[in-house]
Amino acid sequence: MKQTFKRPKALVDIPFHFCPGCHHGIIHRLVAECIDFYGLREKTIGVASVGCSVFLYDYFNADVVEAPHGRAAAVATGVKRASPDNFVFTYQGDGDLAAIGTAEIIHAANRGERITVIFVNNTVFGMTGGQMAPTTMSGQETTTTPFGRDLETNGFPIKMSELLTELPGSTFVARAAVNNPKNLMKAKKLLKRAFEVQTNGEGFSFVEFLSACPTNWKMTPKQATERVQEEMIPYFPLGVFKGGQE
Amino acid sequence: MKQVIKGNFAVAQGVRLCRVGVISAYPITPQTTIVEELSEICARGELDAKFIKVESEHSAMAAMVGSSTAGVRSFTATSSQGLLLMHEVLHWAAGARLPIVLSNVNRAVGPGWNIWADQTDSVSQRDTGWVQIYCESNQEVLDSVIMSYKLAEKILLPVMLTYDAFFLSHTSEIVDIPDIEDVDEFLPPYRPEFRLDVDNPRTFGGMIGPDCYYEERYVMHKDSLKVLEHYSDVCSEFHDKFGREYDIAEEYRTDDAELIIVTAGTITSVTRIVVDKLREQGKSVGMMKLRMFRPVPVERWLKVLGTVPKVVVVDRNISAGLGGVFANEVQAVLYNSETRPVIYPVVVGLGGRDVTPDDVEGIINYALENDKPKDVPLFWGLKQ
Repeated sequence: MKQTFKRPKALVDIPFHFCPGCHHGIIHRLVAECIDFYGLREKTIGVASVGCSVFLYDYFNADVVEAPHGRAAAVATGVKRASPDNFVFTYQGDGDLAAIGTAEIIHAANRGERITVIFVNNTVFGMTGGQMAPTTMSGQETTTTPFGRDLETNGFPIKMSELLTELPGSTFVARAAVNNPKNLMKAKKLLKRAFEVQTNGEGFSFVEFLSACPTNWKMTPKQATERVQEEMIPYFPLGVFKGGQE
Repeated sequence: MKQVIKGNFAVAQGVRLCRVGVISAYPITPQTTIVEELSEICARGELDAKFIKVESEHSAMAAMVGSSTAGVRSFTATSSQGLLLMHEVLHWAAGARLPIVLSNVNRAVGPGWNIWADQTDSVSQRDTGWVQIYCESNQEVLDSVIMSYKLAEKILLPVMLTYDAFFLSHTSEIVDIPDIEDVDEFLPPYRPEFRLDVDNPRTFGGMIGPDCYYEERYVMHKDSLKVLEHYSDVCSEFHDKFGREYDIAEEYRTDDAELIIVTAGTITSVTRIVVDKLREQGKSVGMMKLRMFRPVPVERWLKVLGTVPKVVVVDRNISAGLGGVFANEVQAVLYNSETRPVIYPVVVGLGGRDVTPDDVEGIINYALENDKPKDVPLFWGLKQ
């Protein structure tokens, strides 16, 4: 009998710590599948961030360096410049990349660093317990916006993909979701392209994943996945913003 | 009104009672529940404060610089990496003489990542010009918020009050929450002489050259020392009003002591129990609780420790290549005493390692049994 589905070699065989219904596990797997597909496992260096993604080093069968909060893109810059033959990726949440690390991501993209950035946007600070992040949707209730995010005082949900698209230094920018099989298959294609942009030496690649956070959204996994479709995708549209065809 | 609340909630209650006008917030474990609770307090209408959700701790402190310069009582809270990210602006806030109050939940510094109790984060900010106060209980935490604003606004220097991660931040204790009317009488509204006011235009934080920067820093240093004088006034006024007092460097059973152990934070409570036990055994040991660390209460430390034969200093922090920071500073002060005590520096409990009564008893007995320290510093309970 032929085995058609198995754990990617780039993932260690241990259970994820993620909450039920969280999309981090799926996104971890997609990244691992791409590492396997391009045969990059022996030359991959991951840069982990701060937040729920902090335990990247426990799950990936690859070298991982932990970065201070928000600094992953800057740390990855140093790694890639020092080791240009390695495949270097960062994996960052929105509380990290779109808040404390905004300067680092913008300047890494603007310099056209030859790194691949996996950005997971679940519209809250997850690990600290669901505070408002810059990506939090208008009206969304969080522990620091008990009446919902008020755009007047808290500003607008920040669209990182659109922002980075405008920078001449970025090569590939796309937004994906893994809330259903169709979106998941598309996401994998986009991720492959993002990998190729680095392996071909084309430049900076960035894939934003919309992700569910049932625990902090106080929803069931099913409700949370539906929220991605009904609330997030209309505001954070999916697709390639720069550097290729879907 | 007495309530059973966690240390982080005690801070939030203190901020409410002080009628703080601007709060900036960026989440970090184990501080986060302070600003979450403040968000709730504002939402319930119990505090009319502007609550700013900023994108980093660096910006959190920068926002405080703005709001405090505008003449409004300002508060933020952080921990560990967050405090370190603020470092540049901490210097700025003190140099600009802004009476901001910051609560820092003492947490270890990475890497490796560690969210548990360790005082290295705040001791490494000792040169920023901030007043530093270390707390031992949730009641002390709440009361210190109120005392800190009184002190800060009198001297025009920012105050950092710190307490141990989880041992206080997430542990519930009985706390007597004062009535806001009493706090209003103790702490009048903040009315700074100098603030941003377009009807009375001023420039803040401009360039000053070598001809006067030196004097400006001299004045700041001298004013920082004035905190020591004003602290006793604030302390006695607080005692008159609320019936509680917190010595700048509390002495516990130090009469005729041949050994005094110096502690900061929650290890102090553990040490009290051990001192009682050893006193019952006839051992003449006492304790000095290190509450204010900046400015250094030099005269007080000299008075308490200067004539005792042996001094043990317990540090839940480390300056690699030096040892514990408190021990180093106690040593520096005692160098000027007539009879220099033998000092036993001990590093304990880094990264939240539990420090039990047995540990403290072992440390004290080690110092009693040895004429000189075996190691400087001694790492107590080190795994081989």
